[in-house]
Amino acid sequence: MLPTDTEAVLQVRGLTKAFGSNTVLRGIDLVVPRGKVVALIGPSGSGKTTILRSLNGLEMPDAGKVTVGARDASTEQALTVDFGDAAASKKARAAEVAALRDRSAMVFQHYNLFPHKTVLQNVIEGPVQVQKRPRSEVVAEAEKLLARVGLADKRDAYPFELSGGQQQRVGIVRALALKPQLLLFDEPTSALDPELVDDVLAVIKELADEGWTMVIVTHELAFARQTADEVVFMDGGVVVERGPASQVLRNPKEERTQAFVRRLLHEI
Amino acid sequence: MDFNLFWSSLGPMLLGAIKGTIPLSLASFVLGLLIALIIAVMRISSNKLASGVGRAYVSIIRGTPLLVQLFVIFYGLPAIGVKLDPWPSAIIAFSLNVGGYAAEIIRAAILSVPRGQWEAGHMIGMSRNQTLLRIILPQAARVSVPPLSNTFISLVKDTSLASLILVTELFRVAQQVAAFSREFMLLYLEAALIYWVICLVLSTAQTRVEKRLDRYVAH
Ligand SMILES: Nc1ncnc2c1ncn2[C@@H]1O[C@H](COP(=O)(O)OP(=O)(O)OP(=O)(O)O)[C@@H](O)[C@H]1O
Ligand SMILES: [Mg+2]
Repeated sequence: MLPTDTEAVLQVRGLTKAFGSNTVLRGIDLVVPRGKVVALIGPSGSGKTTILRSLNGLEMPDAGKVTVGARDASTEQALTVDFGDAAASKKARAAEVAALRDRSAMVFQHYNLFPHKTVLQNVIEGPVQVQKRPRSEVVAEAEKLLARVGLADKRDAYPFELSGGQQQRVGIVRALALKPQLLLFDEPTSALDPELVDDVLAVIKELADEGWTMVIVTHELAFARQTADEVVFMDGGVVVERGPASQVLRNPKEERTQAFVRRLLHEI
Repeated sequence: MDFNLFWSSLGPMLLGAIKGTIPLSLASFVLGLLIALIIAVMRISSNKLASGVGRAYVSIIRGTPLLVQLFVIFYGLPAIGVKLDPWPSAIIAFSLNVGGYAAEIIRAAILSVPRGQWEAGHMIGMSRNQTLLRIILPQAARVSVPPLSNTFISLVKDTSLASLILVTELFRVAQQVAAFSREFMLLYLEAALIYWVICLVLSTAQTRVEKRLDRYVAH
């Protein structure tokens, strides 16, 4: 799963979204090269979650183009959905969005594990039921992934028997088992007790080192600095500043970024 | 009190429960749940016609007396050429009735499953129907156990109304013995006692099932 080239896995152009009269995204551009990690930061309500949800088809943007690259350029093509193109019928659009969603996987802030399924069942549900891959193969992979995040012995436990940190690691494994092109994390540690945060961040850091392409919404600035290739600061539905983590977090150019980073650092 | 009559009538009454009340309740409940599931899914559908029909159904069932529903089916339908025996009439009336009440319970249970569960289902690539079937309904089922058990317990008692369309169940046996012996107090109290015992057993079972299912429900 190591990066072999630097073509973009994700390209977003002019993403726009309003909820009624509340315009939440005002033309977002985003490019994530293969194997790179982008950290999305910004104040509450700035539209970070809405971006991730749009990429995963959980929210229907009003306009903008989203392209997700192919795993293997020789057999697959990059997939583009143009949300501004009103000609597409509702059904055709739903099919496009479903195809787009198949290429990414999301880790939720509140884990959203299936409470009526065991850890293993949570992980294999998508690959077996949706992707129709052979169960034995999927189970073997799932067990390996669970072992990697230190949860081999929890395979038959139910979510309610796990700590928040363990649940979130299952959430990550569930996403990985889908073999996505792109991993999306929405504040993966903000619902956790402080002492459980590091284990989860360590797992994400490992995935970054391994070459997964990721977009991470986070308030953990130290983590973003260590892990992200690029930091994107947004406010009020626009990207205010972007650049290498060291620059945006240490020497932000924009006043709004400076204020935000200062406020977050002081909170800690 | 005539204890001989108590004991001698106990056998026929229990038989009435075993051959009438209990199978009538079970059959009506199972069919009623099926109807309820369909109506509940119609009601949460984004299709206006489907949700409208579902809403109308629930409104009619809940807005009219069960006894009237029973009489319309048994005494009314023959007027338009549909003549049904007591048993099928009773099963149809009770399951339609349970369907209306349980539909609301199931709908509320579906709506009580956190939105994140739908989203997680979609995230792993499931369609709306797949998510409903594999992710949402199993959780909704657990939430609906307590209210559905109550519906079942009510149904067991309501089946006594079937005596009015000549179904041989517990209460009709009591009526027959009473008419013959004139011991109304004894026999109706005896019938009440048997209903009570059945309901006690059911509510004990309900408590146990609830305890077991409780833990798998999402926060
Ligand atoms: N389903 C919705 N319906 C209406 N408004 C919504 C909906 N989802 C989000 N919003 C609004 O969109 C804006 C952006 O929300 P979003 O969740 O994307 O922000 P965020 O940057 O993720 O914030 P936070 O850091 O608090 O998670 C907010 O004003 C929010 O109230
Ligand atoms: Mg958010």
